[in-house]
Amino acid sequence: MMPLLSILIWLPIVGGALVLALGEQRANAARYLSLLIAGATLALCVPLYMGFDNSTAAMQFVEQSVWIETFKVNYHLGIDGFSLPLILLTAFFGPLVVLGAWEVVQDKVHQYMAAFLIMEGLMVGVFAALDGLLFYVFFEAMLIPMFLVIGMWGGPRRVYATIKFFLYTFLGSVFMLVGIIYLYNQADSWNIMDWHALPLTLQEQIWLFLAFFAAFAVKIPMFPVHTWLPDAHVEAPTGGSVVLAAIMLKIGGYGFVRFSLPIAPDASAALDGFVIALSLIAVVYIGFVALVQKDMKKLIAYSSISHMGFVTLGIFIAFSIYRNSGSMHGAGLGMEGAMVQMVSHGFISGALFLCVGVLYDRVHSREISAYGGVANTMPWFAFFAVLFFMANSGLPGTSGFVGEFMVILASFRANFWYAFAAGLTLILGAAYSLWLVKRVVFGEVGNANVEALEDINGREAVMLSSLAFMVLLVGLWPAPLVDMMHVSVNQLLEQIAVSKIN
Amino acid sequence: MDLKTLLIVIPLLPLFGAIVAGLGRHVVGRAGAHWVTILAVAASCALSVNVLYQQIFAGLETLNFSVYTWMVVEGVTFEVGFLVDHLTSLMMCVVTFVSLMVHIYTIGYMQDDPGYQRFFAYINLFTFAMLMLVMSNNFMQLFFGWEAVGLVSYLLIGFWFKKETAIFANMKAFLVNRVGDFGFLLGIAAVLMTFNSLDYAEVFAAAPEAATDTIALIPGVDWNLMTVICVCLFIGAMGKSAQAPLHVWLPDSMEGPTPISALIHAATMVTAGIFMVARMSPLFEMSEAALSFVMLIGAFTALAMGAIGIVQNDIKRVVAYSTLSQLGYMTVALGVSAYSAAIFHLMTHAFFKALLFLGAGSVIIAMHHQQDMRYMGGLRKYMPITWLTGWLGTLALVGFPFFSGYYSKDAIILSVGASERFGSDLTYWAVELGVFITALYSFRLLYLTFHGPEKFQVVPGADPHAHLPDGQLAHAPHESPLVVTIPLVLLAIPSVLIGFFTMQPILFGGWLSDAITVNPANDVVARIGADIDGPVGMALHGFVTLPFWLMMGGLTLATVIYLFRPSIAEAVKARAGFLYRLLDNKYYFDQFNQKVFADGTVKLGRGLWSKFDAGFIDGWLVNGSARLVAYVAGFVRRWQTGFLYDYAFSMIIGLIAILGVWVVL
Repeated sequence: MMPLLSILIWLPIVGGALVLALGEQRANAARYLSLLIAGATLALCVPLYMGFDNSTAAMQFVEQSVWIETFKVNYHLGIDGFSLPLILLTAFFGPLVVLGAWEVVQDKVHQYMAAFLIMEGLMVGVFAALDGLLFYVFFEAMLIPMFLVIGMWGGPRRVYATIKFFLYTFLGSVFMLVGIIYLYNQADSWNIMDWHALPLTLQEQIWLFLAFFAAFAVKIPMFPVHTWLPDAHVEAPTGGSVVLAAIMLKIGGYGFVRFSLPIAPDASAALDGFVIALSLIAVVYIGFVALVQKDMKKLIAYSSISHMGFVTLGIFIAFSIYRNSGSMHGAGLGMEGAMVQMVSHGFISGALFLCVGVLYDRVHSREISAYGGVANTMPWFAFFAVLFFMANSGLPGTSGFVGEFMVILASFRANFWYAFAAGLTLILGAAYSLWLVKRVVFGEVGNANVEALEDINGREAVMLSSLAFMVLLVGLWPAPLVDMMHVSVNQLLEQIAVSKIN
Repeated sequence: MDLKTLLIVIPLLPLFGAIVAGLGRHVVGRAGAHWVTILAVAASCALSVNVLYQQIFAGLETLNFSVYTWMVVEGVTFEVGFLVDHLTSLMMCVVTFVSLMVHIYTIGYMQDDPGYQRFFAYINLFTFAMLMLVMSNNFMQLFFGWEAVGLVSYLLIGFWFKKETAIFANMKAFLVNRVGDFGFLLGIAAVLMTFNSLDYAEVFAAAPEAATDTIALIPGVDWNLMTVICVCLFIGAMGKSAQAPLHVWLPDSMEGPTPISALIHAATMVTAGIFMVARMSPLFEMSEAALSFVMLIGAFTALAMGAIGIVQNDIKRVVAYSTLSQLGYMTVALGVSAYSAAIFHLMTHAFFKALLFLGAGSVIIAMHHQQDMRYMGGLRKYMPITWLTGWLGTLALVGFPFFSGYYSKDAIILSVGASERFGSDLTYWAVELGVFITALYSFRLLYLTFHGPEKFQVVPGADPHAHLPDGQLAHAPHESPLVVTIPLVLLAIPSVLIGFFTMQPILFGGWLSDAITVNPANDVVARIGADIDGPVGMALHGFVTLPFWLMMGGLTLATVIYLFRPSIAEAVKARAGFLYRLLDNKYYFDQFNQKVFADGTVKLGRGLWSKFDAGFIDGWLVNGSARLVAYVAGFVRRWQTGFLYDYAFSMIIGLIAILGVWVVL
């Protein structure tokens, strides 16, 4: 059988190297080759999706070979219901990012495209790695192209932003490194599945939990370690923001379900109140902060943090539900809601950053006050912008509703007040989204720049409508998405209901 | 086509029309847009009437079926499905009929508007969303329809998106509705937790078993779970059906074009809350406390909002406050378990209020978009059809015997009188007094608009497209075109007659009993039914009851003041200054919300951001640690001088130190 996962990882990486080799002069060739590679990667997701078996929780498409024999490190890949949706999401954004930069990036096109292709391969690697060290390598390597993208094609404060971004995430992942080395010593294996089965005392679990938490809480990001994200977004070029928001943040959420919960279930149960409190602060507090932002990208960045609060909330309410009722019934809704929220937020935030990019390319400002009445000159853009901001505020029929709906419904079972606080997003999310729409899209033509705007072109229409299609598809028919994850979620819930302390 | 397919087609037709007219607006053009949308709604309407016809004459049973499965999680099925019983088909007919009238009317009202196709797309989309709401067989789809009608309402209030007041009003409407939806969603979450299902049939069947369940919202205090569920659900209804204090968005929604004020903000969408509570009657019947709450909110809205109508000068706003007040009546009916009376009033109100709004729109066209009644007067001779239908609608609204509104409103008042629920005596006086107030503002509107002296001047030769000062017109007003007056006439017919013909089956014939559950002990409608002797007997009896004389009182007072002695109004305004200011400022709800909620939220957000996010986390922790590192590094670097002798020296010191430690130990 074809090593499909390896191809998905290495095709964009090798392809990125080829694009790089084209050099600066052959910019158009770099563009077309990148599109071809990203398109081929996406096309290869079709056999991946078709071949995936929804009925088993076992790892699928497994590839295993020895990498470093002395330290028992393996090149070990495989996917389950948690990784598949995120890999599909990653591949979906490949062609979009290439298209998004098509005529916008004129400077060092080959390097820009190569950075994104390599990043895509590395991110697929993160979601597919089953060997702890391999995961760590992908996890760290992925930072480098992003660092370069922000640092080279970013805005005026890009140096501050890149350093902040790098140090923040690196600081978190150093703790994780200590954690996985400890696990290797205990289990005498780098296999993540072995770590899941490894018995650990509560104290060990708590330290491990905190080590992983440091990495994933920064990545997703959770309050109060979120402040790198708005800066990184503001300085990043459009493509960087899109990938950062749509995919990179999800690695944090993925880390919780792949590492924290199954490796340290007792610590997760003991510390769930802490995580839930931070999640709810993210939903409510960040909602207020988002409301007063003057920069569109910052507003969307804060909105992302607030939405990611639903991911951690949905994952961690399982323990209260179990304590309340003695069964995990109801927790699956929360956890699948968290997963749906990640995928949905990928589409919506990606789309919103593309929308800001569309305006930025024309007016070169991200300030809300630099616009007004865009609907007068860009009716099609206004259509998409209103659709995506409505999706961002969780309108039923769009994907933004599904995850939030599931998590709020599930959290009621854990505690009425969790649902209450989380539900406030209905008001806050609508407030910051619609206020922005009111100031940017509606109204009289604000100034000469807006007067001179031209509506979206074919390339932009393709990008925005493909995202609109996904947002509506998931919103109107989430069954295919959640069907992928049922069995894996159930298995994880069974796993964490059993104590590891013996 | 079998019946199920037909039922699926009913909402999909207007969705299809919306897509064609909206996304293909340049392809189909203006005429194409109105034809495709009108035909879609007309077909939906015909099919809906067909369903109702089959239920009445062919004994069609309740249909409850799934269209497709949205998702299945942990054995709970979330689906899109239809429940078509008598309540649903009644709503479907009302919605599609009023919608059809409004579609036709729009051809005339919006003929000069550059957003013509977009408008038709929106109202067609609205019809789809509203049908999904009323046809739903589960809570999730109900919520979908609920928010989708909210979305279209948002788009339509802000239809003229260049107008600052319109885009403020649409945001306000959406946000206030979101406050209601917040409660609604919590209610749905509680339903799922309790019954492990969101399917109406399953939930209602299991409801009695949960009657005594409790939930500790605050540790140690147990609340009746059903009360919590019902109050949460009702908060949703308060948003959508504009019950105080969540009513504030509805008057502002008048910024939208008049056809949608008639369709969305009078006849259909705002009654979604009433419909929802009636649909949930098996749940609400289990909580006396929740029903009392519903009743008192309704009573306050019915009385207090009607009173504001007396001091409004904008013709649309008078009708808007009247709508709030009538929605209050429906809510009161729900609160006394007279669900069928609520639905009955919902139906009659849909016809006569749509008529009044469209009539107001007809006047507005004639007055070149002047909406202030102080510059109208004497219009009856210019626009006889509008005038006459306006009178018919008003008589229905004030509840003149034999008119449709009489039957539905009197049924509500009688039901309140027969109820023994906590608060029903207070409510009784509120709804009685409300009749007087309704008559006062309704006839005031008629007199100021159609009767008395003309308070406008025709300035010959003025540019008809220029904005003239208040009270000046370029042309004499004239009757609106047929596309406007035909819907008026077609709505006037049911406004007059429908109560007479449908009261018996809807209220006392048990026609809605397949949808509505009432505990026998609460069944006030059955109790009043015992004394009512058919529609004729009821109407004749109506002439000797208190509401009739209160209505006549309002009529007389309005006639004296606004037809003969306008000075009285000025004198009252001067004497009762406090009361006037209170009403004129709408009890200061808007000012309070603006100060406390809108400004407060922004201030809080700004404070949190600058003090905590930028100040503490970034300023202190993040950049602070960077500064600390730089500071410490500033010391440490002094040792790294780069000179060989310094390093040699420190090596020697280190060696001595290690030796020293080794020797000492």
